[in-house]
Amino acid sequence: MTVVNYSFQDSFGGNEFFWVGLEWYRELLNSERLWDAFGRQLLFSFIILLIEIPLGILVALSMPKKGFSASICLVLMSLPLLIPYNVVGTIWQVFGRADIGLLGRTLSDLGISYNYSQNAFDAWATVIAMDVWHWTSLVALLCYAGLRSIPNAYYQAAEIDQASRWSVFRYIELPKMRGVLMIAILLRFMDSFMIYTEPFVLTGGGPGNATTFLSIDLVKMALGQFDLGPAAAFSLMYFLVILLISYVFYTVMISADKSEAKR
Amino acid sequence: MASITLEHIAHSYDPNPGGEADFALKEVNYTWEDGRAYALLGPSGCGKTTLLNLISGLLTPTRGRVLFDDKEVTASSTAERNIAQVFQFPVVYDTMTVGENLAFPLRNRRMERQYVRERVQRIAEMIGLESDLDKKARGLTTDLKQKISLGRGMVRDDVNAILFDEPLTVIDPHLKWELRTQLKSLHQEFGHTMIYVTHDQTEALTFAEKVVVMHDGRVVQIGTPKELFETPAHVFVGYFIGSPGMNFLPVAVEGNKAHIDGATISLGQDYGKPNGGLRLGIRPEFVRLTKGDGLPVRINRIQDVGRHKFVNATLFDIEIDIAADEGFAIESDMTKVTFDPEKISIFCDDWRIDGKTIVQTHGGAF
Repeated sequence: MTVVNYSFQDSFGGNEFFWVGLEWYRELLNSERLWDAFGRQLLFSFIILLIEIPLGILVALSMPKKGFSASICLVLMSLPLLIPYNVVGTIWQVFGRADIGLLGRTLSDLGISYNYSQNAFDAWATVIAMDVWHWTSLVALLCYAGLRSIPNAYYQAAEIDQASRWSVFRYIELPKMRGVLMIAILLRFMDSFMIYTEPFVLTGGGPGNATTFLSIDLVKMALGQFDLGPAAAFSLMYFLVILLISYVFYTVMISADKSEAKR
Repeated sequence: MASITLEHIAHSYDPNPGGEADFALKEVNYTWEDGRAYALLGPSGCGKTTLLNLISGLLTPTRGRVLFDDKEVTASSTAERNIAQVFQFPVVYDTMTVGENLAFPLRNRRMERQYVRERVQRIAEMIGLESDLDKKARGLTTDLKQKISLGRGMVRDDVNAILFDEPLTVIDPHLKWELRTQLKSLHQEFGHTMIYVTHDQTEALTFAEKVVVMHDGRVVQIGTPKELFETPAHVFVGYFIGSPGMNFLPVAVEGNKAHIDGATISLGQDYGKPNGGLRLGIRPEFVRLTKGDGLPVRINRIQDVGRHKFVNATLFDIEIDIAADEGFAIESDMTKVTFDPEKISIFCDDWRIDGKTIVQTHGGAF
């Protein structure tokens, strides 16, 4: 409620507030800064979904089906998910450093110029690689669970019907993974749309504003500049956007499911 | 089409089987004749499905060889063996339509479009789904899905055999009969070798020309329904086939007489003096309640099931079942039973033994 109050008022410190109505909202919606951050955010979520979902499926398909190696795989896969977000950022910050980091050092020794703190493309590549490393296993584990729930008879029937490997994937595995994939996409979308800690630790939103996503921008506004009013308006809109997109996403998927069932 | 020969086939799911107990399927040696309808009958976990999967090639036997006609196929894949199989639970490709489902095995084999269309139409008519060909398979009921599975099993007309793994388990009882009849007429029409796994004796006996009874990983008898009923080769067959199953009495046998608790029962054959644990088996249908001579029984209860009356009685501390015709009047002074000597089987250590037929010099044993 405080946030809602803030978003309609201006303050000059000393706990004095003035009603400004929708002023902040109007100002924000007209600011290039917000739209740039929004664009970057969408692009980021889009790219990581595009990488993590197919990669996760691929990993799940190639995981051993049972036995000791399956357990080992599951443990290894869940390790990145257990690491605190800021530690992930720190790991990659060190990993990518050109002087001491394994990745950065290797790349510079190979003659590739790489510096995530100065080059925007390198910064993006690193942030995306970090997210893929951190979260692909979630997608893979969900898909793996989906795959394991397919009765053996389906594979046997496919063998008897002489289905190709692709047909098995296309007509058996993919339809059966549909439910978990929906959840995976939804989770990964919401999470990546709100991403803050890891890029904040890694790049701090830089170089320049290159990796300033919505949440980083918001914190800059609220705590860096102490513009509580606009920041409050920002966070409310941010919240509504996530709610809206997730809702649309969910409804579309559910109704697609239903209409298919009806036909 | 081909005859299928199993040469000393045995299978264990353990990669390094030790004793016989490790084998899910103990040695089988049998030739399935081309174009006949067989049923594999036995309780759950007796190795029926294992045997079926060995024939279809989903499993490779631990020991022995599989031959189609004279060609060895032990190591061949299911596709090479050209076998169709229908599973216990419906397997349909959810995202395809009914028609695409039926066409799938043909399209994978790159059959001509025209031929595929004709076959799909034909099969759809047969299973009564011709109006649903364009529907997605996903939303259909279990019954219909299983019909699609059956249809997919029959859509190829060049298969060596069609195997059914308890395909009607999930079907409503009133549809079961209809589908089974359809399967049977299909068999008569196309003449494919069909092997049908079931634990339901009615299904097995009505569907098949020959029934293979399995028990504890072993084939205990292969025979026509009549043979299984009249001359069960193993105690298990006697007990499993028939409802209620065969009555068994522990006896001592000498020549053509069986002795139990001081009483004597005449037998239809001369068994000499067999050694081992001996039991006398008699079907409830061949036990008769009487007022006159016979073995003393105490009647426990009478069930009238319409066409028969089933009487449960105690004979020498053993419960036996008696099937009486519906018109047969059971009176309170009927305290004796007689057995039809020709219908008595003698089992030695659970396996049926045969005696010499007696040349009868006088009519009637009792």
